[in-house]
Amino acid sequence: MPMQNRLLSVIRGLKADYIEVRLDESQSSRLFYRGERLEEAGRTASTGGCVRALVKGGWGFASFNSLDRLSESAALAVEQATHVGKGQSEFSPTQAIIDTVEAEYIKNPLEVPLSTKKSILDEYNRIMLEMPGIQTTSIGYGDIKKKVTFASSDGSYIEQSRIDLNLRLSAIASRDGNVQQVGLSVGSKGDFSTVEGLQEKVRGIAQRAVAMLSAAEVKGGTYTVVLDPVLAGVFVHEAFGHLSEADHIYENPQMRDIMVLGRRFGGQHLNIVDGAAVPGLRGSYKYDDEGTPASKTYLIKEGVLNSRLHSRETAARMGEKPTGNARAINYTYPPIVRMTNTYIEPGSTTFNDMISGINEGVYAKDWYGGTTSLEMFTFSAGEAYMIRDGKIAEMIRPVVLSGNVFTTLHNIDAIGDDLDMNQGGGCGKAGQSPLPVSNGSPHIRIQNCLVGGK
Amino acid sequence: MQEILDIAGRSAERAEVFRVTSVRTPVQFEANRLKQIQTKESVSVALRLVKDGKMGFAQASGNIRPADLVSMALETSQFGYQVNFDFPSLRSFEEVAVFDPQVEHIGIDGMIGLGQAVIDAVCANTSGILCEGSISRGTATFEIASTGGGHASCKRTNFSISMDGMLVRDGDILYVGDIRSSCRPILDSSPVAGEIIRQLDLARNNAPIKSGNMPVIFTPFGVAGCLLSPLISAFNGKTVLDGASPLKDKKNMVVFDSGLSMSDDPTIPYQPGSTPFDDEGMPARRNTLIDHGKVVQFYYDLHTAALAGSSSTGNGGRSGGMPSPSIHALVIEGGKASQADMIKDMKEGLIIEQMMGADQGNILNGDFSGNVLLGYKVDHGEISGRVKDTMVSGNVYQLLKEVLAIGSDSRWIAGYVDTPSIYCTAIAVAAK
Repeated sequence: MPMQNRLLSVIRGLKADYIEVRLDESQSSRLFYRGERLEEAGRTASTGGCVRALVKGGWGFASFNSLDRLSESAALAVEQATHVGKGQSEFSPTQAIIDTVEAEYIKNPLEVPLSTKKSILDEYNRIMLEMPGIQTTSIGYGDIKKKVTFASSDGSYIEQSRIDLNLRLSAIASRDGNVQQVGLSVGSKGDFSTVEGLQEKVRGIAQRAVAMLSAAEVKGGTYTVVLDPVLAGVFVHEAFGHLSEADHIYENPQMRDIMVLGRRFGGQHLNIVDGAAVPGLRGSYKYDDEGTPASKTYLIKEGVLNSRLHSRETAARMGEKPTGNARAINYTYPPIVRMTNTYIEPGSTTFNDMISGINEGVYAKDWYGGTTSLEMFTFSAGEAYMIRDGKIAEMIRPVVLSGNVFTTLHNIDAIGDDLDMNQGGGCGKAGQSPLPVSNGSPHIRIQNCLVGGK
Repeated sequence: MQEILDIAGRSAERAEVFRVTSVRTPVQFEANRLKQIQTKESVSVALRLVKDGKMGFAQASGNIRPADLVSMALETSQFGYQVNFDFPSLRSFEEVAVFDPQVEHIGIDGMIGLGQAVIDAVCANTSGILCEGSISRGTATFEIASTGGGHASCKRTNFSISMDGMLVRDGDILYVGDIRSSCRPILDSSPVAGEIIRQLDLARNNAPIKSGNMPVIFTPFGVAGCLLSPLISAFNGKTVLDGASPLKDKKNMVVFDSGLSMSDDPTIPYQPGSTPFDDEGMPARRNTLIDHGKVVQFYYDLHTAALAGSSSTGNGGRSGGMPSPSIHALVIEGGKASQADMIKDMKEGLIIEQMMGADQGNILNGDFSGNVLLGYKVDHGEISGRVKDTMVSGNVYQLLKEVLAIGSDSRWIAGYVDTPSIYCTAIAVAAK
């Protein structure tokens, strides 16, 4: 194990309260279409590493591209940390772990020839472009194999490999200066078959893009809103997931009061979970980027704040246990507290029961984006319909919805029985984007939800 | 670089190498205190080559053998597009000042002092506020070389101060913030503190707002956050080529208010978006996009221009992949109205400073819809307080067709947009 010895001996030669080294090696490929044109077929190889050091509560971090720079960077990180540190380090201990985790895959995208990938995408593109009313399309496919080597002053040495892939397709319809688009995103941890066999779904987005040209815009205001599992997944990520990240809380006394464990945020029926230990999803892994084993965390249990997501520093500072949620998107960034696989647990309401009592409401499906300021958040649908007299009625232009964490979770009054996970998204925080995550939910109904419109 | 070109030249007709070498040092503050010092070194190299008339592309960061990079690019060239342009053979460019050696001489303690000064001033104004931000300095070298003899090289410095404040009261979170950057050191951080304190003073009380249509002032931050993404998309030569731009057949037509002029200008000394050449080695130049309301031109890289039967406007930009049409630095010309006069003119209206979710609507169509993260209600010509839980929706083309006034308060946002406030006739507001 020459690398293990090399990294651990660099760490042992320095004086700090905690030191970690991470090395990344990755190979990725990318296909990008605009309309009929394959605009980019490209490959990327990347190697690099970083050292992070903690001294008296202060952090230093140095990243580099060449392993030749390891010793110098390590010394620099310690020097920087020493410059910052004026107090006391608080960092949860962990046991030393020596482990190698091979990449999981079902159908390895790296073994699929580029020509096969291209012919699959060509077919999807043709389906969309042949649809009358479709002006153009955009398709982006990417896959990456990445090996992360981690060593720390705890004596841990972990090698983890993973394969991630994602595909985003957009159909763009245009008429008389009116331009509408509908997208489809899929992703997986190491299973190329996720992007195969999507012909019907692809035809569906092209049809909807054309139909949307004639759809009306909703009148802005508050509505009873029903979200499909995909959009409800984005909702739970934005509405509560980010607020559960302890780095937003641990140094802020007022936030600690607001986020006190035991506080009620929703009804008895509401259970929200995050966990990289939930297997087989894009946010799944065995160890986080601080060498903490992954776990499954109930953020909300029966409507009450139960726990939160931690790094080793936030856990120590709040006197709680690390949850294995410290993640870095690559070697140029230190790990920060991130979500993994986040979802609302299923309830018992059927979809028909959920919409049957609604006189006028909005059924919002699929996602376009979402963001949060912790208190207020927005999330946008990719597809939307009015609900009238208990039935799905006319299609409307996609809507942007907004909520407030102190009220909106209480306003969820029905949770469906049909949990589904969305693996097509990525999460951004502090410049680190897009991090592979998954999120999901059953259908949910929210009373009194603010919807933007004319 | 030459070695990569030499190896590529053995199998490919033409080749071009783009290399960026950079060092960046951010000093980070959290919860009003110095938290972390970072140093980030990076080297990345991208290769485009033309084999059998088709484009191949590969890139690498870190150590890679030149032969491996070339073979990756050759592999992708089998699927690449038919190339109908030449890599530029230019070797000299008009100088644009983007390097200041003083940046490298600003010590860590100086940077810490700049950040702490902002935090001290903000905390003295508002107790209980927690500031988070960074002071960052960096140097990057951009080099391009091609088998056609083209060669471009430029060293650029950057210095930036960004600080956000978060004020939490139970049931209420307020965000304020500012960011300034330059190719030269910013030695005085008091304007950042001043801007944050201005926002805090205006947002001290919450004001009620009802659903309906009302006039709106977008501050420079508001313009940058709400109105520009749809325009950047619509003027992109690729969007126009694909027929997905609402402006595709509007060239030389007056589409916007006659007071509105907008250009992309990478020639302003010491602005972070400035550069003598684009990421394909074409001379960067000032391009007028809107002149007194008239659509003047779209912006192109080499590939898109060739497809469109046009020529590159020096807007080839790279963000992690092959070049595509990209804006350097947008400048919207300032007007005559002071912000105070615009506010005084409003009976009932809204000022939008920061929006959440504005980019999540159908940008292609010019639509935006989002939650007003930081905005103020105006009643009878005076700001009455901060609005919350408020959604606004609009369409950029409708809003900018005729505006009530363009402000005299232009400022740079993050070094990439220079804009005044814009006072628009009406926006749809949805509130609880």
